[in-house]
Amino acid sequence: MIPAAFDYYRPKDVEGVLALLQEHGDDARVMAGGHSLIPMMKFRMAEVPHLIDLQDIAALRGITIDGDTITIGAMVSQHELINHDGLSAAAPILRETALQIADPQVRYMGTVGGNIANGDPGNDMPGLMQCLDAQIELLGPEGSRVVAARDYFEAAYMTDREDDEILISVSFAVPAGGYAYEKQKRKIGDYATAAAAVQITKVGGKVATASIAMTNLSDVPVWSLGAADALVGTACEAGALKAAVAAMLGDIDPTEDNRGPVAFKRHVAGIILTRAITRAWDRA
Amino acid sequence: MNDLTPEREERSANLKGLGCSRKRVEDARFTQGKGNYVDDLKMPGMLHGDFVRSPYAHARVVSVNKDAALALDGVVAVLTAEDLAPLNLHWMPTLAGDKQMVLADGKVLFQGQEVAFVVARDRYVAADAVELVEVEYEELPVLTDPFESLKSDVVLREDLAGQTTGPHGPRKHHNHIFTWEQGDETATNQVMDSADVVVEESMYYHRTHPCPLETCGCVASMDKVNGKLTLWGTFQAPHVVRTVASMLSGIEEHNIRVISPDIGGGFGNKVGVYPGYICSIVASIVTGQPVKWVEDRMENLMATAFARDYWMTGKIAATKEGKITGLHCQVTADHGGFDACADPTKFPAGFMNICTGSYDIPVAYLAVDGVYTNKAPGGVSYRCSFRVTEAVYFIERMIEVLAIELDMDSAELRRINFIRKEQFPYQSALGWEYDSGDYHTAWDKALKTVDYDGLRKEQAERVAAFKRGETRTLMGIGLSFFTEIVGAGPVKNCDILGMGMFDSCEIRIHPTGSAIARLGTISQGQGHATTFAQILASEIGIPADSITIEEGDTDTAPYGLGTYGSRSTPVAGAAAAMAGRKIRAKAQMIAAYLLEVHDDDVEFDVDRFVVKGVPERFKTMKDIAYAAYNQAIPGLEPGLEAVSYYDPPNMTYPFGAYVCVMDIDVDTGVPDIRRFYALDDCGTRINPMIIEGQVHGGLTEALAVALGQEIAYDKMGNVKNATLMDFFLPTAWEVPNFETDHTVTPSPHHPIGAKGVGESPHVGGVPCFSNAVQDAFRAFGLRHTNMPHDHWRIWQTANDLGLHE
Repeated sequence: MIPAAFDYYRPKDVEGVLALLQEHGDDARVMAGGHSLIPMMKFRMAEVPHLIDLQDIAALRGITIDGDTITIGAMVSQHELINHDGLSAAAPILRETALQIADPQVRYMGTVGGNIANGDPGNDMPGLMQCLDAQIELLGPEGSRVVAARDYFEAAYMTDREDDEILISVSFAVPAGGYAYEKQKRKIGDYATAAAAVQITKVGGKVATASIAMTNLSDVPVWSLGAADALVGTACEAGALKAAVAAMLGDIDPTEDNRGPVAFKRHVAGIILTRAITRAWDRA
Repeated sequence: MNDLTPEREERSANLKGLGCSRKRVEDARFTQGKGNYVDDLKMPGMLHGDFVRSPYAHARVVSVNKDAALALDGVVAVLTAEDLAPLNLHWMPTLAGDKQMVLADGKVLFQGQEVAFVVARDRYVAADAVELVEVEYEELPVLTDPFESLKSDVVLREDLAGQTTGPHGPRKHHNHIFTWEQGDETATNQVMDSADVVVEESMYYHRTHPCPLETCGCVASMDKVNGKLTLWGTFQAPHVVRTVASMLSGIEEHNIRVISPDIGGGFGNKVGVYPGYICSIVASIVTGQPVKWVEDRMENLMATAFARDYWMTGKIAATKEGKITGLHCQVTADHGGFDACADPTKFPAGFMNICTGSYDIPVAYLAVDGVYTNKAPGGVSYRCSFRVTEAVYFIERMIEVLAIELDMDSAELRRINFIRKEQFPYQSALGWEYDSGDYHTAWDKALKTVDYDGLRKEQAERVAAFKRGETRTLMGIGLSFFTEIVGAGPVKNCDILGMGMFDSCEIRIHPTGSAIARLGTISQGQGHATTFAQILASEIGIPADSITIEEGDTDTAPYGLGTYGSRSTPVAGAAAAMAGRKIRAKAQMIAAYLLEVHDDDVEFDVDRFVVKGVPERFKTMKDIAYAAYNQAIPGLEPGLEAVSYYDPPNMTYPFGAYVCVMDIDVDTGVPDIRRFYALDDCGTRINPMIIEGQVHGGLTEALAVALGQEIAYDKMGNVKNATLMDFFLPTAWEVPNFETDHTVTPSPHHPIGAKGVGESPHVGGVPCFSNAVQDAFRAFGLRHTNMPHDHWRIWQTANDLGLHE
């Protein structure tokens, strides 16, 4: 677990990053917290002759809550997410999710942007961002553009981001209603066996709106419109939960790994979603 | 005399001897990051080694092309079997009497096997060069199942072709290693044929790995001027390594110095000799420079010694009332590509014949078949004495299965079958003499403390509620009662590569009354520098704080067989006590001379010798030490030193009673440990705080093994979980609070009555956690399911029992 030699860059601004990406093309990769990329380099599964560390770029940091919109810079760490009082009040599901990512040491380094940009189906932020209908801001040589989180992920480690673009921030509307991020994992630091992000609003004792996304149950995060629709207009009674689970099961496509076979994962996905909906509904 | 009593207690307390929860003297450096481990060693001109390893589990090595690697700037050498063959070092003997390839000699037998050794000026260059070595393989059929291996035409060990006898007797098949039989098969079968009840169960104790935090490694340094080889390494048995290195290399033993510096955990993984050590030594001899080799985590999990991998089928016979009348155990042992088990020579399946457990079983029979497969070699005792964890898991599962068959409470079934206090020393049906025990007292104390009857009542209510649909969690009560067999061992039947398993201690008292003691063992975290000083403090009356303990340097320490199998306290601890007594005997003569009385007229009193009946006339050990060096005493040599080599008359047999209470989420398979109670009886307790730490550590590793830790292979022989993402190493997050308790039943043959404790909690803990999981499903018809009980397997059990609708 010794990486191959690489050149290390630590630019001070995004322009510097873009210039390096232009210069080195496929041979360059940007690094946020490094908790996915560095192990891959040590396994020599990722060859990165030019490694661009984003740590010194102040413009990629910061959490802003502007009226109804929350914007989180790509380099905001999980630790900062957890400890930001305003964010915890405005969108408590972020804190609940981040607390279930890895362990405190990893969360000091691991970032929101890195968790999303890498396109790892095991990461928790992608599903959460889909649940929140977040908009992802990318910056490339042609300027900046915005992609919906629900359109961003194409396959495992494949996203809509071009090689010469960097992820600048994510933004989303302050979520309303009840929330839950429920995750089953084998141990601290593990990826999810199954996880569910749920936001629900309640009007007149019924579900007015719902958004549901699942983590690590396909090669991309799964935003399940069918599961959400199954809840709208109901009081989240048993029948509605079953219908939501059935819809979700139609959208996921887990594979067997050391966490267990497909039948187990599908069963647990149903249980985890049921629990997440129940908790979100209780909080709505 | 009464007015002297408090003073005596105070003097005794000042010694910090036996029974004192003295803080670990090692921890000041460890907690400050100031330990000195092998990988901390840096020397001028030091080179770095790294292995090219096989991606295949079974393949012929057609060719190895080193050219590109050698062309890389900074690469000094690339060694292959061809280079080692002229030195006859391309193969090495294993501790089990087999031999193992140092570097692939024509073929590879497991994924991760060492194929070539790259030596470079820099660790990074070495890793780059590994990528540049081109190896052409021709894949061969892979055997990962020992039962298939025994039927297969595929010959794994072509080097053994035609050899129908191995070091442990006849071989039945070309992939068969040995059959080891103990006990009386005919008598056991007769009991089975006529018993009221016979229950049979097969169980697999999965392959796992000790996974110490520090991986294995060494630095070899050949000084070509004086002809001396120094070898620093992560060795649990440095003296044995020196002897083996001498025998293999032809370098005279006095020219080899082996040093085990601080070691970051061993758990059996660091007992064996690995190809990295041989290659580093050869590379240093060839280059004349120090050569460092330290394996990484994946290499450690894939290639250095695994543990367990036993397929066990048991039959247990009993009366209708539950009195056990016989036990039959058949084991198929998967040893991987080479038989590199670390066991005493005469015990190819270790002490598996302790499998009658804590029970008075009149007749028993054990047969173990060792088998070659395309998996990594090893078979070490992971935090246990030799194969004792397997044995205890086996019997503690058989007890549960018998209880189910008899529809009995398994706590009661244990109670009526325990060896009774008055039966000790107890001769077991499979050949051991248990030294001492009081099982009923320990069991009753454990069950009372946890309110066992109350727990069973609660469990029954839970089952009823579950059946009514009011809950989706079940409650498991795990029981285990274990007897360890540690302290290997008597030289008459215990040796490793011919070297008797005694141990040693050498003490020097300095003129001002402090001391240094050196032992043949080596701490890997056990706290020897703390506890051995306590043993000596009580024996020789010098405060533990004034005694330095040194181990691990073969140039200075007396010869010993090292630390594993909980042998340090039973063997080296005994040597320390015996050496201390020699010191005391001489001190008595000096004291008598100084006090101008006869030797018999003085007696030892904590830290001094006093004239019998005249306590105000005394000489302290400090006075005596000074006189020993500075006063001419007629008939006595100057100085105050002693050495003891201790050959234990018997093993010691620690025991314990454990209870685990667990709630299991039937829908997700997630277990939640509500309570874990561990009562250990390790005889005389040297340092209660260290015992408690040992128990916590052993239980943590037991939890790991029972609930998820495994080395699994796919059908192609690929290791499926060689990183800590998949290999379960519990953290504080996963580990419950442990309650510890004890009884004290001293060993009658050990000088201070101590039995050893480091491994007991692992041995007793694994079946306790497993029994808790399995007990949760007993009401629904489960008889047995294999570990590891990770989420999906628990879920699968529930699913198979129809608990998911």
